[in-house]
Amino acid sequence: MKLLRMKPGHGEVLLAEGDVEDATEELRLIEAFREQLESGMWAAVPTVHAGGRREAQMVKRFEDIPRDAERVIFFPRAAGGAPSPNEQRASPGSRGD
Amino acid sequence: MVLALSATAIVVIALLWEVAMPRLEETLERHRARRRRVPGIDYDPGRERRAEQRARALLCSCVNDEEWDMYRELGFLRVWGRLGDGPRAGGVAPLLGAPYAYLIYPHKPIVAYLPQTATLLNEYCVEFPDTTRPYGSARLPDSDDVLAKWMALTGDEERLIASANMHLPGRQVDPNQVRRDLWRLSRWERERLQRDQRRVGGVNAS
Repeated sequence: MKLLRMKPGHGEVLLAEGDVEDATEELRLIEAFREQLESGMWAAVPTVHAGGRREAQMVKRFEDIPRDAERVIFFPRAAGGAPSPNEQRASPGSRGD
Repeated sequence: MVLALSATAIVVIALLWEVAMPRLEETLERHRARRRRVPGIDYDPGRERRAEQRARALLCSCVNDEEWDMYRELGFLRVWGRLGDGPRAGGVAPLLGAPYAYLIYPHKPIVAYLPQTATLLNEYCVEFPDTTRPYGSARLPDSDDVLAKWMALTGDEERLIASANMHLPGRQVDPNQVRRDLWRLSRWERERLQRDQRRVGGVNAS
């Protein structure tokens, strides 16, 4: 299992990696997981369902993570925001790029 | 006489010096402060581009092929809403049971709409600010912002919507642009379907 964190100016960062079946490695993963949640991050596990449908499962406790999950992605918690139009910029994925 | 004038001049100069000195020092300090280099992290377009490439790869690995193609070709993602009684309707009357969806744009509000009628419902202003500001900015790369919205919407729609500031359509995202995007999306889906049918037909014929 990999614990990844989204980071401004960098993309995702690998925080920890380990086998949940190994007690020592699992403890390390749990510690890293808690640290992220305590620092205010949200955690999600990308999942694939039969038929190709994909979604994410938000997790608040390490025990909620499916044992076979390959990765957990941490990202800053959502906050209501309304940036001014000047602060917005075009995205590489949007039209005209 | 000369001696008296010289003494007077010295006294005048000394007095003027006393009066002008603080002002001169202040002006000098201001000048130095303006010229001082403020330590900070310079904007590095290469770093931002690499970050965006990583973010795109991560997004691609999380969403399905159709969603990835949608984002790559149209610049936004559509996510179907799942709340039983629909989103809290700001622009229109409550819409119990009607299928609704969201358009996710990078670093823009999420737009809720009714696919059947292309009616825009609300804008949900939401950000994911990283307060640690690792490179001087709290802003995630564009594709990470889209992925964060996608994960939060598909994983816990209610919590994300509750965290967002809800506004009527048109506050930040131009409604005409959204309607154009919806038209582009429907055309894109038709073409994709036709392509898939041709491919299936070709396989069956061979």
